Amino acid sequence: MRAAVEFLHVSHSYQARRKPPVQALKDISLQIAQHEFVAVVGPSGCGKSTLLRLLSGLTNPTLGEIYRFGKQVTQPDSGVGIVFQKPTLLPWLNAEENVLFPLRHQGKLIGQRDRRRARELLHTVGLEDFLHSRPDDLSGGMQQRVGIARALLLDPEILIMDEPFSALDALSREQMGFELLRIWGERPKTVLFITHSISEAVLLADRVLVMSQRPATIVDDIHIELPRPRTPSTIDLPGFNSYTQRIRRHIFGHGESAKAVPDITTEASQTPTAPHSIVRHAS
Amino acid sequence: MKRTGITLYDLYAQRLLPLLALLGLVLVWEVLCRLFNVPEYVLPAPSVIFEAFLNVDGQRWFDHLWATLRVALLGFALAVSISIPMAIMMVRSAFLARTLLPFLIIVQSTPIVAVAPLIIVILGAGEAPRTVIACLISFFPIVVATTSGLLSTPKEMLELSNSLKASPARQIWQVRLPYAVPHIFSGLKVAITLAIIGAVIAEFVAAEQGLGYFVQFSTSYFRIPQAFAALFFLSMVSLLLFKAVQLVQQTFFSWSLPADEEH
Repeated sequence: MRAAVEFLHVSHSYQARRKPPVQALKDISLQIAQHEFVAVVGPSGCGKSTLLRLLSGLTNPTLGEIYRFGKQVTQPDSGVGIVFQKPTLLPWLNAEENVLFPLRHQGKLIGQRDRRRARELLHTVGLEDFLHSRPDDLSGGMQQRVGIARALLLDPEILIMDEPFSALDALSREQMGFELLRIWGERPKTVLFITHSISEAVLLADRVLVMSQRPATIVDDIHIELPRPRTPSTIDLPGFNSYTQRIRRHIFGHGESAKAVPDITTEASQTPTAPHSIVRHAS
Repeated sequence: MKRTGITLYDLYAQRLLPLLALLGLVLVWEVLCRLFNVPEYVLPAPSVIFEAFLNVDGQRWFDHLWATLRVALLGFALAVSISIPMAIMMVRSAFLARTLLPFLIIVQSTPIVAVAPLIIVILGAGEAPRTVIACLISFFPIVVATTSGLLSTPKEMLELSNSLKASPARQIWQVRLPYAVPHIFSGLKVAITLAIIGAVIAEFVAAEQGLGYFVQFSTSYFRIPQAFAALFFLSMVSLLLFKAVQLVQQTFFSWSLPADEEH
């Protein structure tokens, strides 16, 4: 079967104003099968989000080629749905209108069928009672659910999620993970799930790609052979820990210097300064 | 946070207290003027000002008020309709931003009081030059506020918009401009009070009507209490226009207010 996503020797550098170019990705080759749930873990700032930009067609790689279902990616199209780290909802629209936003933003007229579809999606993410609520009146988790429903509106073959639950508290985060698996079960999609939580990656994915520090390469490609459906008790399975330990070894290295220790231990930390605090914490 | 109802304390703290403070101030002013026998041409007592207010015909007050209000509102409307498209163009094109910005700063940093007589000479002594002056003084804050508002759109939102391949016009209209609304309103609030100042400056230079003209007319005839009455009118008009802008924001753009201001 043809791969849903294919990266062929992809390297990417970008240049911020008046700064030397930064190589984010170095010679990445990978394949993702249709309806596969792939998680990408790696230290923060390693170029995980660059993967998102490249696969969605927002940026073109400096070197190499990217294919979706055999078609080379050169520009964005509606075959890809994106869920961002922050829900990025429009504060002046209610939940239903936010879900419909992609259609409206493409200049399409919204018909009864589209509205029904938006309501169905909000039902799927468990927000059928909040159709007319504005984002301000929704909790962080609920806002992200709207974000997921919005990403599903155009029925994309591929769903890219860029640390979608990292802005949530630990409890909602775990709950949202299982919610996502349920939605994925109802509407199978090829999912590229970017995260910096090792346990989240193992718990949700069929496959975990481990990335190195910049310039990022893929240092390991692990098939997670834990039974589905995954539940909170999946964590207690003996296999679970060996997977997380394998990933942890890749990221923390084998007795490397403290400088190489990324902020992967603290799942909540977002700030770029976090590595320093971790080093201090560790010493 | 949603308002659940006004308690008596809220009523006291929010409405009554400022009113009481104002009344107290007026009372102290009155007492001081009487106690020290302050001459009318230095500082008239509130009662004297009120008397002067009553001595002027109501119709005359209305004519002056309307003349100033019309110029200020026209100038303000002109400023809004120039500055918002200008801000959009400057955000769309770095070239335009680089070209226009120096001019804007020159216009803004030239004292409008010094330019006003020239504008009146150039455009004649009608309502047009006064409108232009009110517009000139009030458009800069709107341009600055709108520009920074348009640039405040979250990066992810723009990426979403780009991933949907929306046209630039739609991106401005459906994403950037709504995100700029809170900023635009801060600009509008500053601009509306400046528009009144512009109208008054223009009336100082050349006018035969308007509250600014009336202040100048009254002082040149040493009718200080009457000038004070006109001044009081002017600040009331400024205040009401400011409130009107706030009301428009609350009514039509309530989502753009911080949560605790939503009432």
